[in-house]
Amino acid sequence: MPAVSKGDGMRGLAVFISDIRNCKSKEAEIKRINKELANIRSKFKGDKALDGYSKKKYVCKLLFIFLLGHDIDFGHMEAVNLLSSNKYTEKQIGYLFISVLVNSNSELIRLINNAIKNDLSSRNPTFMCLALHCIANVGSREMAEAFASEIPRILVAGDTMDSVKQSAALCLLRLYKTSPDLVLMGEWTSRVVHLLNDQHMGVVTAAISLITCLSQKNPDEFKTCVSLAVSRLSRIVSSASTDLQDYTYYFVPAPWLSCKLLRLLQCYPPPEDGAVKGRLVECLETILNKAQEPPKSKKVQHSNAKNAILFEAISLIIHYDSEPNLLVRACNQLGQFLQHRETNLRYLALESMCTLASSEFSHEAVKTHIETVINALKTERDVSVRQRAADLLYAMCDRSNAKQIVAEMLSYLETADYSIREEMVLKVAILAEKYAVDYSWYVDTILNLIRIAGDYVSEEVWYRVIQIVINRDDVQGYAAKTVFEALQAPACHENMVKVGGYILGEFGNLIAGDPRSSPLVQFNLLHSKFHLCSVPTRALLLSAYIKFINLFPETKATIQEVLRCDSQIRNSDVELQQRAVEYLKLSSIASTDVLATVLEEMPPFPERESSILAKLKKKKGPGAVSVTELDDSKREAGELNGGADRGPDTAAMAASNASTPSPSADLLGIRSAAPVGAAQTNAGSLLVDVFSDSGPAAPSAAVNDDGFLSSAPPSEDPAPPLSEADELLNKFVCKNNGVLFENQLLQIGIKSEYRQNLGRMYLFYGNKTSVQFASFSTTVSCPGELQAQLNVQSKPVEPLVEGGAQIQQVLNIECITDFCDAPLLNIKFRYGGALQNLTLKLPVTINKFFQPTEMSSSDFFQRWKQLSQPQQEAQKIFKANHSMDTEVLKAKLLGLGTALLDNIDPNPENYVCAGVIQTKGQQIGCLLRLEPNAQAQVQMYRLTLRCSKDTVSKRLCELLAQQF
Amino acid sequence: TPLTDREKKKVIRDMMMLVLARPPRSCNFLQWRDLKIVYKRWYASLYFCAGLEDKDNELLALEVLHRYVELLDKYFGNVCELDIIFNFEKAYFILDEFLMGGEILETSKLAVGVSMEEADTLQEEEKEQEEVGKTDKERFACGRGLRE
Repeated sequence: MPAVSKGDGMRGLAVFISDIRNCKSKEAEIKRINKELANIRSKFKGDKALDGYSKKKYVCKLLFIFLLGHDIDFGHMEAVNLLSSNKYTEKQIGYLFISVLVNSNSELIRLINNAIKNDLSSRNPTFMCLALHCIANVGSREMAEAFASEIPRILVAGDTMDSVKQSAALCLLRLYKTSPDLVLMGEWTSRVVHLLNDQHMGVVTAAISLITCLSQKNPDEFKTCVSLAVSRLSRIVSSASTDLQDYTYYFVPAPWLSCKLLRLLQCYPPPEDGAVKGRLVECLETILNKAQEPPKSKKVQHSNAKNAILFEAISLIIHYDSEPNLLVRACNQLGQFLQHRETNLRYLALESMCTLASSEFSHEAVKTHIETVINALKTERDVSVRQRAADLLYAMCDRSNAKQIVAEMLSYLETADYSIREEMVLKVAILAEKYAVDYSWYVDTILNLIRIAGDYVSEEVWYRVIQIVINRDDVQGYAAKTVFEALQAPACHENMVKVGGYILGEFGNLIAGDPRSSPLVQFNLLHSKFHLCSVPTRALLLSAYIKFINLFPETKATIQEVLRCDSQIRNSDVELQQRAVEYLKLSSIASTDVLATVLEEMPPFPERESSILAKLKKKKGPGAVSVTELDDSKREAGELNGGADRGPDTAAMAASNASTPSPSADLLGIRSAAPVGAAQTNAGSLLVDVFSDSGPAAPSAAVNDDGFLSSAPPSEDPAPPLSEADELLNKFVCKNNGVLFENQLLQIGIKSEYRQNLGRMYLFYGNKTSVQFASFSTTVSCPGELQAQLNVQSKPVEPLVEGGAQIQQVLNIECITDFCDAPLLNIKFRYGGALQNLTLKLPVTINKFFQPTEMSSSDFFQRWKQLSQPQQEAQKIFKANHSMDTEVLKAKLLGLGTALLDNIDPNPENYVCAGVIQTKGQQIGCLLRLEPNAQAQVQMYRLTLRCSKDTVSKRLCELLAQQF
Repeated sequence: TPLTDREKKKVIRDMMMLVLARPPRSCNFLQWRDLKIVYKRWYASLYFCAGLEDKDNELLALEVLHRYVELLDKYFGNVCELDIIFNFEKAYFILDEFLMGGEILETSKLAVGVSMEEADTLQEEEKEQEEVGKTDKERFACGRGLRE
């Protein structure tokens, strides 16, 4: 049969593709596709059996449509049918369709596996290869279960063709990567190692990938491969460029195989056998020598392949880290590349040097290139290369060059690309801290950072500078003076205000002697920034003010005046209002002694690993931070006596709540004359005050300690939750008060209030009849996992509810960690002798523990980008169930508990929200974006959530999709 | 770890935006999430792109892309975007003959060429496959002509 010219195989397909390409608009394309889909569907459903060719053609069209980005939901069966065709091309298209459109439909998988099994045992090498390819491309667990034992047999069988062996080796590798537990080691493993000696270069190339992966997991079992690999490598390296025929690539003998051999050797320590080691060192030297030889071709492919081997050899040298001679040669070679005209080589040289910098043998050699690297940072056109240069500067930094490197990085920051600023900021902060000899330099550097790139200075960075200042009294006066000066600038970054407020609040007294920075001047300076700041910063400033009252009694009147004004004491933000009220009261009631105790200077922070370093590590993933760095960080932690994971602000709060009598505790004591208990109780009773229309607050606060779960033995098991329980729950996601449930007998109303990770819920049970309810009891339970996630305490209710009367029950709720389920409320009572038993879900959902977070547009997008792991995002597209009225939507989003942010999204139709979920143990940041599409025939929404915890994204997405 | 279709599409979209936005004469490598991206531009509008793990060799990956283009060239004779669009299945098949699960299967142009011809004559047509499979090693979100 003559070879057919390419592409005339399926005329119908070619016509269809050119039709699509001729479409003038997206709509026309979709129309054409829908027409084709309808056509194919009718052909597949038609009575007439299709011949193999037509089936192949239609399956191919479906595949094309899928590749254009459309969903395909049929045709799988026809594709599976093609697998059993005897015609090669039909089988091939069938396999292609299966490989590209994997579907975990169990019924189909069984059929597919059957077809594969047949082809594997067909002894037809091309069919076997197709089947192996399909397994490798799909790589699903089901396939691994079916074939993981079969493939090793094919791989080592004596009569297997070379091409099949190659496919079998890589197929097995794929299965081993996806389901290592299913690929059992056995007799075949030793025979696989000997494939390194195979005559067929293609077989060796394929097998070595498998061997490398297996060696990483089972180094001992494959130890023999080291000497085999060395001798194979040696043969290739010393061969003339034409020896290997078609495995020579642009005059470079077998570059892929060489690199893989070098990579395999990196799974092991240097060979112990002297002869093997000698031979290997010889190879490495030859490779380094070849780099100096004139190129055999001007083609870039030649130099790429040659340098690929060179870089791999350098990786091996760095991995061994035991041959000073080779290390220094490697470093020199990379030094040459740093100035090479090929951008790619400069990039790679910077990258490899980063790892060299951590070796004690080559660290000094790397340092000699500092000027070149700094120059690269300044002049490279390509941001990827500049990024590498910054990484290298960071890696080569030590005490001797820290000042120079930090200065260069700071000056680069002013013009740096937005994409790398945050990381640069972290690096500068770490270097400044790690190599600080005098801490005034450190303080200067961090304040410069804030000045230059304030938006990119994360909380960890400014927490850290405060921790260090607090822990080192030799720098406190300097820090106070410097921040005072920095705050003089007409426009200063909010982070500067935070640091300034904190430090002046603690150490303003150290500079108060100078009339130019007298207490009142300091206060006025801080307060002039107050109105431009966000809520958290204002809160911090209020704390600084009360500290001022303690430090400088002469400012008391002025500050009280500020606290007393309406914009503080009646601020709509609860936190600010509370602080203003409490601080004002504290300053007027407490004696100087009490004030001095309460507002004492912060105690030093306990030693911990720098939180910034932790953040950088997290950002870059494991492996990005070299071992020496980790060691250094331990040492440095010792030297500095610094660092706590908590920010100073939260730490301060916690400290004042726990150890010293806190302002809020005092106040409550004065007002309600109740004994001051644990911090938790305080927060709980504060709530009561906020919750003004809930009846007598003080008594309920007083009983809240002993209010444990009602344990009245129920006469029957609680009923399963009502079928509409979920629906009822959904009604309360965006609101806190309302009627939860109502039937002919009973009405249950809810009022609730949440603050931080605590909540209080009032349940009102109304008897709608004129007859008394007897044995009335309620039980709140947290099923399953929820028990550990949520703590709900309730007080038993009166067993009798008179006709027409209403009784009230209080629940105290504490969110321990994020959760998905809702607590259950079971209610039992006798009405005219009949036992009523019903179970509802309590509308306690994770969003209740939101704290709104206001942020700027740049902050928002920066955070959005930080939450870029696929699991952190949850998205849903759904039909609108309610009208798309703007005000209604806004009210719902606010009811959700997040802050609704304006002017963030480029599309004004979209809604953007941000908030932090407070649980006992952690804070979970959440960002939300809701995109209404009112134009579509059916009104739709797209909802996207990104949270720092993946379970939260998912849960919020589920909850919210029901709301709009 | 298999990705869902949606994630695959997102990866492809991200890659397109990232790679197409690169100014000319930049280097062929960039860092994206935890992957190293290697890309290569062929003629005007054809881009090839691969994702590598931390330890993989970038230059060699660049040559993998080049070798693939050579194979396409050999098969189609000066491959262009249209060849790949109209014969997308063959582009897949050729890739499959060359790579498997992201690993090099056969580097010899001759050997791949031979098996392609074999397949062509064997029946009425061609052979080979691709992996948009997005396995975990080198991912090929390639070959689709970028018509925009």
